[in-house]
This record gives sequence, structure tokens and C-alpha cells, in this order.
Amino acid sequence: MQDYFNEMFDGGAVRAPYAGLETWVREMPAELRQMKQAEAEALFRRIGITFAVYGEGGDPDRLIPFDMFPRVFTAGEWRRLERGIKQRARALNAFLVDVYGRGEIVRAGRIPAALVYQNEAYETAVAGFVPPRGVYSHIVGIDLVRTGRDEFFVLEDNCRTPSGVSYMLENREIMMRMFPEIFRENRIEPVEGYPELLRRTLASVAPEKCQGEPTVVILTPGHYNSAYYEHSFLADMMGVELVEGPDLFCEGGFVWMRTTRGPQKVDVIYRRIDDAFLDPLCFRPDSMLGVPGLMDCYRSGGVTIASAPGAGVADDKAVYTYVPEMIRFYLGEEPILQNVPTWQCAKPDELAHVLDNLADLVVKEVHGSGGYGMLVGPRATKDQIAAFAEKLREAPEHYIAQPTLSLSTCPTFVEEGIAPRHVDLRPYCLVGERIELVPGGLTRVALTEGSLVVNSSQGGGVKDTWVLAE
Amino acid sequence: MLSRTADNLFWIGRYVERAEMMARLLAVGGRIALLPGVHGYRNEWESLLQASGTAAGFPRKYGEPVQRNIESYLFFDRDNPSSVVSCLEAARENARIVRTALTTQVWDAINGAFQELRQLERTPRSELELARLTDWTMRQSALFRGAIDATQLRNDGYDFLNLGFHLERADNTARLMDVKYFVLLPKADYVGTGLDLYQWQTLLRAISAHRAFHWAYGGEITAAKVAHFLILNRSCPRSLIASVAGAAHHLDHVARAYGATTRAQDLVRAMLGELAELRVEDVFEEGMHEFLTRFIGAVGILSARIHDAYLSGEAR
Repeated sequence: MQDYFNEMFDGGAVRAPYAGLETWVREMPAELRQMKQAEAEALFRRIGITFAVYGEGGDPDRLIPFDMFPRVFTAGEWRRLERGIKQRARALNAFLVDVYGRGEIVRAGRIPAALVYQNEAYETAVAGFVPPRGVYSHIVGIDLVRTGRDEFFVLEDNCRTPSGVSYMLENREIMMRMFPEIFRENRIEPVEGYPELLRRTLASVAPEKCQGEPTVVILTPGHYNSAYYEHSFLADMMGVELVEGPDLFCEGGFVWMRTTRGPQKVDVIYRRIDDAFLDPLCFRPDSMLGVPGLMDCYRSGGVTIASAPGAGVADDKAVYTYVPEMIRFYLGEEPILQNVPTWQCAKPDELAHVLDNLADLVVKEVHGSGGYGMLVGPRATKDQIAAFAEKLREAPEHYIAQPTLSLSTCPTFVEEGIAPRHVDLRPYCLVGERIELVPGGLTRVALTEGSLVVNSSQGGGVKDTWVLAE
Repeated sequence: MLSRTADNLFWIGRYVERAEMMARLLAVGGRIALLPGVHGYRNEWESLLQASGTAAGFPRKYGEPVQRNIESYLFFDRDNPSSVVSCLEAARENARIVRTALTTQVWDAINGAFQELRQLERTPRSELELARLTDWTMRQSALFRGAIDATQLRNDGYDFLNLGFHLERADNTARLMDVKYFVLLPKADYVGTGLDLYQWQTLLRAISAHRAFHWAYGGEITAAKVAHFLILNRSCPRSLIASVAGAAHHLDHVARAYGATTRAQDLVRAMLGELAELRVEDVFEEGMHEFLTRFIGAVGILSARIHDAYLSGEAR
């Protein structure tokens, strides 16, 4: 039995951040809890927050399970995380400006050229172009896990379009509606400022050609997308239009949206579609989601795209290994948050080590996400491991491996009362004229006993995440 | 607003109104079926299919028009794009797309209907009386309309939503009358008989205007009175003139807000002008069926012009 860090209980004692929750949970009758749980579910369904999983079929209106037991950080814990996250967001953006410019970090031999320039996510189409304020990744989602009192590791960076922030906001709304008393008794930092901060961040990176108040829009692949609810929610909260590709067109070097009053100029596009679909003239010619000519407008400074095309090269799982190097190289600082030790299967000696130790490792696809196509060694059968070893030998450059981390646990409501379940954390860092981080994030929880996979596509749930005020 | 958003709002209105029309048609069918059979003209249930405008798809799937199958086809069948289920699902999907252009109450109304519909679908058909289904549908559309009326901001989105309602209603009332006149009672011999009277009454009931008619006209029900009521009487909320006047009102509102008129406003004014001058004798002179066919065509053109001017995204 492995020993996991329990965020609430230290032996028999309750750790400080959770002190305010102990009586709350102890005195809650089981019937009330069930009633509240049903109420929460009804609220989610009513608001329409649902999550469809690609390729799984089934109920398109599936809910992500919501666990009512909050996950808590003290002000002190959060200060350190905040510094570490902002540091990382700065370094990642510096890296992107660099590799689409002079490539100093490559010249200095701090990161292999092939890893950058032959990376599938490297967009030659934007080489030499510097986006407004030198920001490529405007919303950086950094996935963190905790393994001890002061031990946090960065699991991965999401520089493109990290999703889930609507859950951070809605989880809080629902908790405040259902349990106002615990919000009176605990001093919890608000997260509701996020949409306004996001709007300001996006407006701050409007192109120089933009005069007056910039028009910001969110570009969605459409209502069949699993994250459509989030796109629509954010547009609503920010007070901006939610557009699909066909709503936009390019003319005279600018991007326009089709309105009932005629064309209206668009200055900043917060896109929630992948690079490959942005512009059929520049990328995939079969894309129906994008806007023909968009990249020309972008490169001539007619419109800002957030995150900038090409930002994906920074959140590649193989490039991830070099983020501590980036922090040292660009900022001259030591990383505040540690990386998880990572073996790159592309390197023959590291691949050998991985193959010998598959049963103890987690192996991920370099370009994968959502918990798909990964192997969790300790929980896999011999056959699964053997089959995965085959795939590894065939295309080692597509994989990285990490030790199985002892993810911390947080109390979670289960049938019998509360029980520890593994959690991770995704805060959302905003980068524009300034770097901002709202005190909170999305806590994902693996609801199955013993499971370490928190992805919502794999049966994970979500929790409200508290940062206590000083 | 985005043209696509306006388009979604317009179609939400149309679909909800159409779902209600389907429920009303089914209610009419249920009542006519209680009448002792009269031989010599087509089956009443078949005429319902004609009125619904979806007759073509039915025989392929079900064969003979039997009451039970027609109920399934008009209420539950997803292969029928105009069934109550299809319409409400389409309305809800459109609403989900423009979720942010609707108030919470309006969204609740349509989303709640959608959730209840799923439960209805799981209920064994033997437990579902026709009346329960039709009442339920009309209650849902009333709830939805009430939520719009009470909470929705009076901006251009509100106008496009209502344009959908009014255009669909104009079309539906005209079709209902046409089926009564042309399909249900094709033989002139029957005009003025008990059957004719009964059918007019049923039609009035179907649009919940039976009592209103008596308030407005009193005395005997005659074809001329009903035609006047359903075509030319502005106080009947489902009359053709009331529907066209509603559409004209919302188009004027848009034109004022945007500071420009389009060919849609030109047409709706012409239509309203004609109806205002029209006498019921003129309708009979032209022929009811001919008049209604012309009217339904004009509504179609109006819909196309609204599309071109505002919803297509081609506006300059």
C-alpha cells in the first residue's frame, strides 16, 4: 500500500486549511447530503453544462460528476503556486517568441533543434512574425499535482486552448447557492472576476491598427463540440459574440463578422479551434470550421488570434522536459515549480529504461490529450503492457514516460460518507499587457477508488477549489 | 447581432409554433374521430396528414392511415421533420446554440420541455392519452411564450424570435383553413350541412377560438363568419391579418433600430394593406383555396426576404 499525501487529514489531526470544513461535514446528515447532491445535479442540468465525449456515443447531455467536498489551499500555499505558474507562463511565451524568431535557445544548444523545428506543432507559416505584445499563449493552463505538504509537480502545460474554466466558475456558483453558510464561515477568495480579466487580457493584445474599443469574439467549432457549453458560457460572461467560421470573412486585410446590420470588424479572436482548422487557404484545405484568408489578415496585423497559431510547440510533452531550461535561459531564475522526471522514448538509452520498467511507469503520447492512448503501468495487465511495448518500439518518438506519481488525495463524498480520492489541479493563467491569475482553478478528482486518472473522459469528476484569504 | 444568431432565434419561434400546430391538429383529429363515420369522402385522419404538410413520408413507413400510427407519426416520429418531437428538439438545439441570447427563464422553459419530452418517450404508449400529449405540448409552448414575454430584452433578437412565431402562425392558420375547405369537405353538396358545421366548430376548437368566436359573432356558425374571423378579424390572435400585422410590427421595429428598410418591409406592408382592404366576399369570389394558396405563397416569399435581408449574413 503506497502512502499518499492526504490534504485534509494528517494522521488523526485536521490540517489547517480544512479546519473550517470539519464540523460542516461531520454535522451534515446523510439525507441532506443526498438531497444537496441531487439539487446540484439538477442545477447543472438546468444550466445546460454537459460534456459530450468524442467517439463514445451515448448520452450527448452527460454531466461531469460534481463532488461537493471543496478542495482547499491556504493563502501561503497559493502564493507559491502563483509565483511558480506566472514564472512558467512568462518563460513559455519567451520561448515561443524566440523559436519563431532568432532561435537563441537552440543556438545556445539548450534544446535540440529537431525537437523544435521538426515538431508537428511548429508552424512555419508564422515564423518571423511577432504577435502583439509578444504574447503567443494568452491563456496558459498548467496541470499540477501535489505529492506532499510542499511538493507540487507540473504534469503538463496547455498553451493552446485549455478548457474547463467554466467548471471552475460554475462549481463555485453552485456551492455558494447550496451552502451559503460555509462561505460565511470561511474567507474564500472569489474567482468570479475571471471572465472580465480574460476580456481585458484579450483587448490588451488588439492589433496596433485597431482604433477605439477592440471587438473581441470567441471562435467555436460549433454546437456539436464537447466544449460548446464553455464557449457559449464565456462569451456570455464576457459580453462578446460567439462566432463560427462561416460567420467571419476576410476583406481588405481585416476580419469581419456577418451581422444583421451588415459587416462588423473583428479585432481579437479567441479561438477554440485547432491551428489546422483556422484557415483552409493556409492549413487544412478541407476545413469547414475556419475562415479563408484569416492567416493573411493575421500576419499583416489586421487581427489578433489568441492563442497565436504555432503556440502548440511549447506544450508538446517532449518540449515539456525543457521548460526548466527555458526558465533559466530566458528569466535567469530557478524554477519554482518542478517538472515530473520524464524519460524521452526518442532517446535510445531512455527508451531502454522505459521498456524495462513499463510496469511502474505512466507512458503518454507526446501529442495526446484527454487521457487517451496512455498506459498506466501499475494498473495494466501483462498483455496490455506487452502490446504497448510493441507500439513503443514502432514509434518511440511519439511517447514519453513518467514515474507513477503519488497524487495527493482530498476527501470526497462517496456512498458510505467521505473517503480520500486522488486529485489534480488546473489553474488558468492569463497573459496580455499583464500576467494575471485568479485565486482558484479546476480540481479534477478520480472518483473510482484507487484510480489516478482524473480526466473527465475517463470517469473523473470536478470539485470547487478554494483559496483562503490571508 | 450575428446573422446566424438571428437565424437561430427566428427558427426557434417557427419550430415552437409548429409543434403547437401539430398538437392542435392532433386534437382536431381526436375530435373528428368521435364523429359517426360519413362515407363518400376521404378519411379524416388522412386529411390531417395533408394539413400537417408531411403526408408524403407517412405511407412509406406505416401504410394505411390508422389513428394510432398517425399519432405516432405526428407526435413522436423523428423521421417526420414536423412531428412535435422533431420540432421541440430542433427548437431546443437552436436555443442551445444561442443560449446566451436567451434569458435563463426562456432557456429553462425550452430545456425543461425537452427533458420532459424524453420522459414521455420512455412512458409506455398505452399510458399516454392523446389529450395528455396535446395538452402538454400547448402548455409547453405557452410557458415558453410567457417566459419570452416576461423576461426577454426587447431588442432585435426579440423581433426575430417573434417574426418566427408570426410567420409560422400565418402559414399554419392558412393551412388549417385550407384543409377544412379543400380536403376535408371537397364536395360542394356538403356545404351548410351538419357535417360542415361540425367541422367548422372543430376547427375553431383546435385553435382555442370557439368561445371567442361566439363572443365576437354570436348566433349561428357560418362559413362566412368563420372565414371573416380567421382571416380578417384583428382581434383573433391566430387570424391571418393579426399574424401579418404582428410580423409587420416586428419588421418595422427592426427597420427603425437599424435605420433602414428592406424588401421584407415592403412586402409585409403590401400584404397587410391587401388584408385590410379585403372583404370576406372577395375571398369567396376568388375561391377560398385559391386565396389561401396565394397567401401561403406570399408568406414563403416574406420568409425568404427576411432571410436575405437579415439572416443570411449577406447584408451590406
